[in-house]
Amino acid sequence: MDKMPRWADVALIPFINLVLALAVSALVVLYIGESPVEALQVMIRGSVGSAYGWGFTLYYATNFIFTGLGVAVAFHARMFNIGGEGQAALGGLGVAMVSLYIPWPHWSLALLGATIGAAIFGAAWAAIPAYLQAKRGSHIVITTIMFNFIASALLVYLLVNVFRVPGNMAPETARFAEGARLPNAYDVAPWLGFSRSTPLNVSFFVAVAACIGVWLMIWRTRLGYEIRAYGFSEPGAVYAGINPVRIIMISMLVSGGLSGLMAINSVMGEAERLVIDPVQGAGFVGIAVALMGRSHPVGVFLAALLFGMLYQGGAELEFEMPAVSREMLLVIQALVILFTGALDNMVRTPVARVFLSLRRERA
Amino acid sequence: MDFATILQLLDSTVRSATPLLLACLAGLYSERSGIFDIGLEGKMLISAFFSASVAAFTGNVWIGLLAGIAASMVFAALHGLASITFRGNQLISGVAINFLAAGMTVVLGDSWFQLGGRTPQLVGDGRFRDITLPFAEAIADVPLVGPIYSDLISGHSILVYMAFFFVPLTWWVLYRTRFGLRLRAVGENPAAVDTAGISVVRARYSAVLICGVLTGIAGAYLATSLAAGFNKDMSAGRGFIALAALIFAKWRPWYALYASLLFGLLDAVGARYQNIAIGEFVIPVQFMQALPYILTVVILAGFVGKAIPPRAGGEPYVKER
Repeated sequence: MDKMPRWADVALIPFINLVLALAVSALVVLYIGESPVEALQVMIRGSVGSAYGWGFTLYYATNFIFTGLGVAVAFHARMFNIGGEGQAALGGLGVAMVSLYIPWPHWSLALLGATIGAAIFGAAWAAIPAYLQAKRGSHIVITTIMFNFIASALLVYLLVNVFRVPGNMAPETARFAEGARLPNAYDVAPWLGFSRSTPLNVSFFVAVAACIGVWLMIWRTRLGYEIRAYGFSEPGAVYAGINPVRIIMISMLVSGGLSGLMAINSVMGEAERLVIDPVQGAGFVGIAVALMGRSHPVGVFLAALLFGMLYQGGAELEFEMPAVSREMLLVIQALVILFTGALDNMVRTPVARVFLSLRRERA
Repeated sequence: MDFATILQLLDSTVRSATPLLLACLAGLYSERSGIFDIGLEGKMLISAFFSASVAAFTGNVWIGLLAGIAASMVFAALHGLASITFRGNQLISGVAINFLAAGMTVVLGDSWFQLGGRTPQLVGDGRFRDITLPFAEAIADVPLVGPIYSDLISGHSILVYMAFFFVPLTWWVLYRTRFGLRLRAVGENPAAVDTAGISVVRARYSAVLICGVLTGIAGAYLATSLAAGFNKDMSAGRGFIALAALIFAKWRPWYALYASLLFGLLDAVGARYQNIAIGEFVIPVQFMQALPYILTVVILAGFVGKAIPPRAGGEPYVKER
């Protein structure tokens, strides 16, 4: 394991992976007939060049922190939770029910209630695949994929038949009451120049708290130690008296709960109603974020910020360079997943060799 | 429900089942060799796009089909590179391929045609036509057999017949040839195959590339036979339903046919009837759409017949030194 120094593992390799992904993306942009340098400038300016841009960048980043942490926690137990999309959608259902049916006197109480509702619904949606993996050995990847589709069908059914406002054609819930409205960045810090309609809201602080909480849980508790031990070696963990069923269930429930929390940002903080696709692919971005962030909360935070910039920058790019469509984002996202996740050894092996030969020279 | 309605329903079942069957068999080759493939969806999508684009450029659907297969094989080779050569995570590679296809098709489509991600409408030789089998007209009036032959069996595109022919062919290749034995063996116990002096890497690459060919045909069927051109995200989750069918079929060719037909029937029923009322109880259309996934979870849970995947599936093979 100590083929290379730690900084190379946590910083150099993800950086090279990212550069490769961006280089291939640049080739695609070049092929379309636009300048990649100019595209990058537009994206950076659009995402972090103004308070307006920051409002969207951090809003997207908040979503990705939640889903990224969700994937990361499951990764620590060596499980691939690909169901963040469905868990976040169910989290949205939890948020909607809490916000619609309880008359909240103040947003802080509403936020607390919605956080609990989102986490419980997200965790519940992860519970069945987790149970089937733990008790019946059904592959968690396949069951969570299936549960994504089942969640989307369930949500459509509920929005069309149960929650739709009579007389409204659109399949969405009623707008949440004023008591459940979360303050956005303009309400909190108007002097920073955010506009009144900025989507960035107080859920960002919940996301930061979630990062700290996950760090404490994974590296500072007995449970976290057991999760990591189980992920490192299942037979070893079992030999040490760790109950695999318990670890699978707990790590997946936490994972699903974190993905579900995304809804307090997107459903409660931004849309203020539950719409037909409240997640918009953020559950899948969580995979890229967790891979890039090496499943560490700090890494997840930084990777989520990067993807927030990509999403907001991509929206601006579409605006300023119509030849480059918004789906370019998906290409970049796919390449990041490919290079950091699947083709990791392509970079890792040569880099390890370089460090090994350096060490030999010194010796 | 009268005879003609049933016949129509079965006819659309065959149409819906064809891409599922092709993708399901594609996954069967790959997973039987020990390479999990959740990128069936992406490979179908990229093939649908390239087959429709090239058919639109050349006006010849056969060249379109070849282009679609080629594109799908490039993605399959990428999956092979990641999961066989670099021993990466096969599931993550599959996820990446799905996104790459979803993004590339629209980015390139927008750039080539400026139609918001669509390709131009395919006309004439740009599409696969429906084939009328011999004597279809002649025996159409024979009761029972006539309509079944002329309406249900006859009148599909060549790709449909190809898909159904691939079922016995796959069975034969897997269970009656040396290649098939080796392919199944690398999926169960690659070390044993390696000891026998057979290349694990080669067997797995062959399987992955065959998978690419079949998903390529599936994608071309979507864009040049079922529809007349490419639409953004036109595979619409079929790759995942095919994956579900593969599990439902327990990784066996004939069962793959039955599973694809079952899921095709669900699709046809869901498209025809919005809500099905059985007495007082109404089955919503969303339930029909979710049913393939629910059934797969039930099968995976092992309460009704356990589905056991190939033993070495998902594990990169590291040669002993």
